[in-house]
Parts: sequence; structure tokens; C-alpha cells
Amino acid sequence: MSPVSNIKTLKIDGKDFSARQDETILEVARQNKIFIPTLCDLRGLSTVGACRMCLVEIKGTAKLLPACVTRVEEGMEVTTTSERLDRYRKSILELLFTERNHICSVCVSNAHCELQSLAQRLQITHVHFPYRYPKAQVDGSHPRFVIDQNRCILCTRCVRVCEEIEGAHTWDVMGRGIDANVITDLNQPWGSSETCTGCGKCVHVCPTGALFEKGRSVAEMLKRRNFLPYLTLMREERD
Amino acid sequence: MTPEELEQIAEEERGTQAQFLHRVNVCLAAGCISCQSQSVKDAFDKEIANRGWQRKCQSKGVGCMGLCAEGPLVSTAQGALYQHVTAADAGEILDALDSEPVSRLVCRTDVPFFQRQKKIVLENSGLVDPERIEEYVGSSGYGALMRVLTEMTPPEVVQEVVKSGLRGRGGAGYPTGLKWSTVAKAAGQHKYIICNADEGDPGAFMDRSVLESDPHRVLEGMLIAAFAVGASEGYIYVRAEYPLAIKRLRTAIRQAERLGLLGSSICGTRFSFHVDLRLGAGAFVCGEETALIASVEGKRGTPRPRPPYPAQQGLFGEPTLINNVETYANIAPIIRHGGEWYSQIGTEKSKGTKVFALAGRVLNTGLVEVPMGISLRDIVFEIGGGIPEGRCFKAVQTGGPSGGCLPAEFLDMPVDYESLAKAGSIMGSGGMIVMDETSCMVDVAKYFMDFCMTESCGKCVPCRVGTYQMNELLARITERTATPPDLAMLEELCDLLRNTSLCGLGQSAPNPVMSTLRYFADEYKAHVEEKRCPAGVCGNQAEEAS
Repeated sequence: MSPVSNIKTLKIDGKDFSARQDETILEVARQNKIFIPTLCDLRGLSTVGACRMCLVEIKGTAKLLPACVTRVEEGMEVTTTSERLDRYRKSILELLFTERNHICSVCVSNAHCELQSLAQRLQITHVHFPYRYPKAQVDGSHPRFVIDQNRCILCTRCVRVCEEIEGAHTWDVMGRGIDANVITDLNQPWGSSETCTGCGKCVHVCPTGALFEKGRSVAEMLKRRNFLPYLTLMREERD
Repeated sequence: MTPEELEQIAEEERGTQAQFLHRVNVCLAAGCISCQSQSVKDAFDKEIANRGWQRKCQSKGVGCMGLCAEGPLVSTAQGALYQHVTAADAGEILDALDSEPVSRLVCRTDVPFFQRQKKIVLENSGLVDPERIEEYVGSSGYGALMRVLTEMTPPEVVQEVVKSGLRGRGGAGYPTGLKWSTVAKAAGQHKYIICNADEGDPGAFMDRSVLESDPHRVLEGMLIAAFAVGASEGYIYVRAEYPLAIKRLRTAIRQAERLGLLGSSICGTRFSFHVDLRLGAGAFVCGEETALIASVEGKRGTPRPRPPYPAQQGLFGEPTLINNVETYANIAPIIRHGGEWYSQIGTEKSKGTKVFALAGRVLNTGLVEVPMGISLRDIVFEIGGGIPEGRCFKAVQTGGPSGGCLPAEFLDMPVDYESLAKAGSIMGSGGMIVMDETSCMVDVAKYFMDFCMTESCGKCVPCRVGTYQMNELLARITERTATPPDLAMLEELCDLLRNTSLCGLGQSAPNPVMSTLRYFADEYKAHVEEKRCPAGVCGNQAEEAS
């Protein structure tokens, strides 16, 4: 294929941009400082298109498409913010807040939480769907880390980082629908896991306070993710 | 195996069949087996042996005859059809073979249920023994495959399917020819064929019947598809809840392999095709193509965003053709009679016939195959025989949990993909549930929402949490504790799920709610504002609970 055809030009929110054909709308938007909200996406991990926060409108397509997995096309006209998208994104965030027990004031990730900051950014002041208040488990059996299912939003970043970067595949998803949960090994206590290497990558990619280090109190759990793009880059170079 | 050898097998089979003076066909599909048709078959075998008629009368286990409501069904070569046959009736029926049929057991076949049907997919159902390949060959089975292999090129086969106008029978109605040509043109050394037999809609049993009654037809369709798109491996993904279908498929695959119709160098050509079964572990979402593919790969059965479509990147990342059972079952007749012939049946945009599983409050429950474009009224009242016990028709539900409920005003609407979609329902895979005034439409909507909630895979947020919230709201409405803002919230969630869910399950989960909100708004109003259930369904439930 000639190098010329590898470059596509597209419009995002009325402005013209150029992109490589293997880039997604989200990647192009980020390069150009256009904000598209995301939760399950994390640079360096595979994309799953599960949180539906990054849905955008594309001219000529009736369906809303997730920016994280949709590749750019020549002449594409993308709208990243509209009254409708805003409404849907808020509703999805609200649904996440109702799903489990997200109580920021007692959370280790208070003020460092992606769910919280996204809600603030989208100006969510209250939740109008009824809360579920489910009974959820906390597993503190690991010597260094804790998983609090109350705060999990099932973004599956932990599952992906463990499989794709660490290569351990300790995490996976069990159950379906509203009963789905992330689990370690075959739903064994994390502390007794034979596959877990204790690397802590899952803890640091977790967007909320669901995964945290022991000994952290309210608002003390800062997540460091710099390792991820670095590791990916080094691997790409090696390949 | 050459065409001549195949013809010889067919001749021999016809010769064997002709030796018998009489024949008794006993339905051995799941519906009739559940009312003891196996013991009826055994009784016939025993009685024939006792009389020493082994050379005179053949007793044969066959597939579904359609009228499941009146099973066990038995037919004879003279054309008599018997209903509600028990083992004790065997002798009497055999006695009557040379004279008038046993009048107390006769099921009339001059009624619309039989007369108004047009059988293409089900042409062999109830006539051939699904466990013997010779019978299928004897009724010109695998002839289409022979023709394709010896006379046609792959593009010609694709053209024939394009010409037929066949559309996917799994529900969405995507043009089959277009799908085939996309896979045929996709770049890749390795391509796969998948048959989707993960039929999960409540009340739907078309695919099960086809697999139980005529499994070779599906294999032949898959073989032709594999030849057309250039695939050499295939999988049939069938739900484990269909043990009989699985057993007969396994038998069919073994028989076809033995005859050299499946395997390497089929019929001496360079074309090879291997097919294997994969059993679904009971997840409805695995009927969605990308989830199904993940499941075949041995992964958790969750859908992924499309594009890329399976035609470009499917099973193990290779171009994959995935079609429904009924779609494959249409292929052999299309090749045999030509795409032109097929395209003359049905309506302008929906060609051919469609098999429906007629269930619910209708006299003749069972399996029917009708030309596209027939009216709902004809299906429900003519073929279905109307509503029992003199009750009134209220709604017909098509398309299962992804479809909608259509009220009486749509009875004269033609049944085709576009009309059903316009009315707020879908063709779906072919489940058709008839409801009378004893059904509460809010309760029906709740039933389907509960189904979607438990069957949601949990991957995307709108479907995982949205179906839960909608189910809770519907529960409050049926318990008559809901308020008008709850109704507004229900509508809001319908819109959200439809537009933001990842796969077809979540996107279509609101359909039963939206269609009932649209056509039976007064029932919702009665529950919410007047705190009563007009059909008396929800009231009874609450009283029982208290």
C-alpha cells in the first residue's frame, strides 16, 4: 500500500485533523487535546469498548460509536459533545453510581478517582436512578493489596493488565449481568492465589478505590500508571 | 463418491422403500417424544414383528410434522395422519392400513394449518428418518452439493444465493448473498464457517426442529457455503439444552464422513471441509455472533464491538461466515431450483419462506412454514386456528426478548422484515407467541426484561445496570407501587439502552417494553394511576404473595 493512503483526514467537532489509518478516533482526539470521557480505556492495554462513555456521533451513521475502538476514515465527521451525548454519558455514570456502594467520603481513592472526577467534570450533582445497595465482598487476604467489590465498576483494566502486561492472568470475570464480578484465580481468596505475582499493576490501573494498597487511609491511595506506556513502548521496540 | 455413486445410493434407497406395501411414520422430534412417541414407535415395531409383517410394513421414526399440539403424531403412506396416538393404538392403526383410517384418531389434513403452508426448509421434516443419510440422499439430498462441486465455480454459487434474495433467518435479516461475497472476497488463507444453532428465544424452537428432523440439510448448506467462500473448517454452535439435536447432528456428521461427503477431498475434488460441534453452556448472549465466536474460541462468551465484522475478522481472527440454521437449510433448495425460483416466493424485499414456532394462546401450536408476506391474521387465525376457549386476541409477540408485542390493529400487516420493524417489533428467529385477554402486557414486558437482565453478560454498563433498573421499575409497576415519574424513567432507560448498549442484546432489550408502552399505554396507566391490573394477572400474584 502506498504511504499516501495511510493518512486519513477527518473532522472532529468541525475542525480538520489528519491521522494514520490505524488510529482510533479517541487517539486522534487526545493528540489534539479534545476531551472524550473514558473509563475502561487505558493507554497500553487492549480496548474493549465496554463503558460506553466515549460514544460519539458520526455523520451518516445512525448508531453512536465508541471512539476507543472506531478507526478513523477518510472524510469522517465526528461530534464528541452534544446535548444527547451529554445526557447519555451522565445516565451511564449515574447507573454506575447506583450499581454498587460508592461512598467517596470514606474511600481510599477520594480525590484521585476517575469515576469521581468524571462525574465532577460532567457536572453530576445527584443520581436520579434508585440505588441498589448490594452486599459486596471485601477481600483483604493478600499481604499487600485489598479488593473492595463495593467500588468496582467492572472496567476490567485489572484483568487486562494482568493478562496482557504481567502475563499472569490472575484476574478474570465471573458470573453474568448484574452479578458479574472480577475474581482472582478460580474465585479463590487473593492471598491464596498461586498465579498472582504480587506486582501490583492491577492496583495502579484500577480507576477507582476498588483495588488499593494496604495501609492507605481515606484519600491516600494515589495511582501511578507511568509504567504502562513505558512497558508497552519498550515491548514494541523489542518486537 | 461421485454423482453417479450418489445417484446409486438414492436409487437403492428408493428401491428399498418401494418394497414395503405400507409405511407408518412416527414423529420422533422433541415435542412428540415428550408425550411418549418413542413408546408408540416401539409398539409399532413390536406389533409388526408379532404379525410377521417385517417385509410388508415399515415403521419409521421421522422428524417434526408440525402440529405439536396434537402429538404424538403418526402418519401412514396412504396419507392418513393420526393424532394423540398411544402405544395401545398401534394394532388398530395397522389393522386399518388396508381400509379406512381409524376415525377416532384421525387428524384432518385438509385444514388451513396444512394447506396454507409452503414447505422449503421443512420439506423433508416428518417424511425422512433423520438418523439415516440414505433417506436424505433418497429425497435428492446432497444433490445440490454434487452440482456445486462438479458444475459450478464459487462465484457462481454466491451469485445464485444473491439472486435468491435470501436474508439471514437469525433475526436481523442481513442479505445472505452479500455476507457470502464479503467472506469470499476477504483476504485470508484460512476461513471458517459457523452455524449458529444457539436458539435461545423463549417460545422459539424452529432451529431445534430442523436439526432434529433434517440435520443433513444443514450440513449440505454449510458445505455449499464453505465451497462458495473458500473455507475448509466449520463449527456448529448448538446449545447443550438440545440433546436430541446434538445426537442427530453427530450421527449425521459421522454418516456424511463415512460416505465421503464431508472430510478431505470431497467427491474426489480438491475441496475439503471438516465440521465439528461446539456446545453452548446456556448463555443467551452467545447467540450474538461475536460472543458466539469468543465462546467457540474457548473464551468467556461476551460480545465485542463491531466493526471489524466476523466476515473480515472472526474466529481466531480469520474471515468467518456465520449464518443461522434456517439460513443454511434454505441453501440446498436454492441451488437445486435456482435463485430465480426462490426469489419468486415472498415479498419484494423479503424472499422465500419463514418457519415460525407458533406458541401461546392459539389452538394449533406447533411449527409452521409460510411464505413471507402472509398476514399475521392468516398465521394466527387461519393456520393457528384462532384463540381457544372463545377468548379474544390481544397481541402477538414476535422476535422473543428482542422483539415486540403487536396488537390487533396489525393483524392485517404482511409478515416481512420491514413491516415488522416499522411496527416496533422484529422478525427475529421466528418465535411467535399469541396472547389473549388473560395476559397482562406489563407482566409480559416484565417477563422479557427479567430474561434480558439475567442473560446480560455484564460487559457494558447500560445493559448490565440498565436492564436491572428497568426490571425493578417494571416490578414496581406490576406490584402497583409505581408512580408516574417511574414511567418516565422507564422510557428514559429504553432510549439509553437502545442507543448506547454494546451489542444487539442490550440494544433490543427495551423492545418488548417500548412496544407495549406504545400499544398498551392504558394498561401501564391502569397499573400506575388506578393501581389495578386490567387483566387480573398482577392482582392475583400480589394476593398469592401476601
